[in-house]
Amino acid sequence: MPDLGFEVLWKGKNFARLLGGLGVALRISLVAVAVSMPLGVLLGLVMTRKHPATRILSRLYLEFVRIMPQLVLLFLAYFGATRSFGWDLSGEFASILVFSLWGTAEMGDLVRGALESVPRHQYESAAALGLDGAQTFRYIILPQTVRRLIPLSINLVTRMIKTTSLVLMIGVVEVLKVAQQIIEANRMSSPNAAFGVYLTVFLLYFAVCWPISLLAGHLEKRWL
Amino acid sequence: MDRQVILSYLPLYRDAAWLTLRLGCMGIAFSLLIGLACAAARYRKTPILSALAAAYIEVSRNTPLLIQLFFLYYGLPKIGIRTNAAACGVAGLAFLGGGYMAEAFRSGLEAIPLSQKESALSLGMTEFQALWHVVLPQALSVSVPPLMANVVFLLKETSVFSAVSLMDLMFTAKDLIGLYYSTTESLFLLVAFYLLILLPVSVAGSLLERRLRYAGFGV
Repeated sequence: MPDLGFEVLWKGKNFARLLGGLGVALRISLVAVAVSMPLGVLLGLVMTRKHPATRILSRLYLEFVRIMPQLVLLFLAYFGATRSFGWDLSGEFASILVFSLWGTAEMGDLVRGALESVPRHQYESAAALGLDGAQTFRYIILPQTVRRLIPLSINLVTRMIKTTSLVLMIGVVEVLKVAQQIIEANRMSSPNAAFGVYLTVFLLYFAVCWPISLLAGHLEKRWL
Repeated sequence: MDRQVILSYLPLYRDAAWLTLRLGCMGIAFSLLIGLACAAARYRKTPILSALAAAYIEVSRNTPLLIQLFFLYYGLPKIGIRTNAAACGVAGLAFLGGGYMAEAFRSGLEAIPLSQKESALSLGMTEFQALWHVVLPQALSVSVPPLMANVVFLLKETSVFSAVSLMDLMFTAKDLIGLYYSTTESLFLLVAFYLLILLPVSVAGSLLERRLRYAGFGV
């Protein structure tokens, strides 16, 4: 059995450090999720308004943020904001900012789609029953929208967690950076560390994202 | 922003965009093949292949491309599998995309009523003929929106290729920022070139979607 570089993980605090790095990545994505979920709901509500100015503005924001690779957005926030506005953002803050903006756009689109997927006769029947606008929204539209929305937004959470792996590229010390450090530090004693350590990081991400995806899939099957 | 600087950078970005497009298209082509194969295995419930495809789909969809690339590029050589960066990029993209494409094909296949396949079989078609001539054409029209979304997604994902030292758009931008501190110009060109690549694909996607919406029969 050749040396596959897994034993490096059991030296000293290496595995704990790796988990700590994963914690940093998760913290960034969870803060971004916490910010973007309510803002996204708000954006989605705004997008269903008929007013042309709000439509165009929200559309422009959504399309730009969604069509740009997230890494480009990170570069814009990290390098661009320093140059253009003189803001010296830390890597972690820049990532939270970018993922919040991106998550808001994605969430907004999900909310808009869910709201628009409620058939018109639901509104009309509610009106026929004598419910006013607020009542229709509270008792008829909201329950149907939320059921549709929850599995989709859980999926969005896994996407945001996966995307946080990019923050390595703007110098945030997260799980992949820690992995690099461990491999570098043990270059002499275990030259094959790259295999085992990167495979471990791969499995760690899978271990985090898979249960969340399963939950989303389960809810989707039950509610849709 | 300095116009002279922008003009002098243009050839660099053009080459980088070309690399992004070339590797992106290869990766997407492979991911379509993998996706189709996996979806077919799942659809026909081929005993072992179906379970393998299901496992592969979960793994590829629940891990980030960046980590997949690091493993392919830095990890695999340690057990004697040597590849170059471009091959790693394409392989990583195909691995990631295969799972997404399989799900897109699956959603289409599931939308086609079983009676279609059964009718085809009762007409004397073989299993393969029924799939190829009857089910797949209808399923494709349902699958087009998610497939096109995946194409845009995969083209966006190519931005992490710079991590395995492929000289794509991100690499070029980062290089120029580091070398000349021309942050504004480099970032402007970066955004412009990504828009140039991604906007047409995204627009073509929505046009195609509109055209194919009614192609399905009884859907």
